[in-house]
Amino acid sequence: MRAFFGRRYLISASHRLHSDVLSAEENRTTYGKCNNPYGHGHNYIVEVMVSGAVDPETGMVVNMAVLDEVVRTKVIGRFDHTNLNLDSYFVNRVPTTENLCRAVFELLKDALPAGELENVRVEETENNFFEYRGE
Amino acid sequence: MIFLTRRATFSASHYYWNAAWSEEQNKQVFGRCANRNGHGHNYTLEVTVAGDVDPVTGFVADLKWLRDVIERDVLAAWDHRHLNLETPEFASAIPTTENIAIAAWNRLEPAVLAAGGAQLSRVRVYETPEIFAEFRGEA
Repeated sequence: MRAFFGRRYLISASHRLHSDVLSAEENRTTYGKCNNPYGHGHNYIVEVMVSGAVDPETGMVVNMAVLDEVVRTKVIGRFDHTNLNLDSYFVNRVPTTENLCRAVFELLKDALPAGELENVRVEETENNFFEYRGE
Repeated sequence: MIFLTRRATFSASHYYWNAAWSEEQNKQVFGRCANRNGHGHNYTLEVTVAGDVDPVTGFVADLKWLRDVIERDVLAAWDHRHLNLETPEFASAIPTTENIAIAAWNRLEPAVLAAGGAQLSRVRVYETPEIFAEFRGEA
């Protein structure tokens, strides 16, 4: 039986949306308040969904303690309570939540067993969220 | 095709234990969930059915019918129960969130099939707001 397992984590971080290829005026028009030079922050919810066969011995798709450890090491430890603009992943990328979502997916895909990661959802606020499935 | 989801909640107790293992192995794999006195959760069940919109009613499925099916076939058996001790599916299977999602699917599927309308698409079970499992009927 193939089933899905999902887990939600919290990351608090700051960012500023600003593209070096746009003028100051274009940045202000494109990103509005998010272009504030001093940045701002969010409590991001990162939802990680994996899939696989349910192990008949444990009744589990994945041992949550193992998944937690991977997410803690690769994602939370890297981004929580940081300024995303200063992370190496965002040197040439604007730290939009789309790009954060992709960063989380790529970091976890490399760290989890092949084929296990299904979907990463990042909720920036209660009213907006982003998903990436590696497509 | 439109997907329609109905949510329901139930409260139940459980523990994780594989009878084929030693106490030490159970504690190592399942941690605090292996406490034989059990513990409990407020579960949220999300049942999604999929189908075409009926041109007469504008419905994919009647939400009241779906609520009644969930109530009769799942909640009546599980709500305010000890899953390991009082439900037939978990007499042997461990009531993990994954197995609860599969068992909920198995309980709901006959009534949804018998109704002959929308198909059961997925069942998602939240054990806490941060932990969920989902089953889509895949072998």
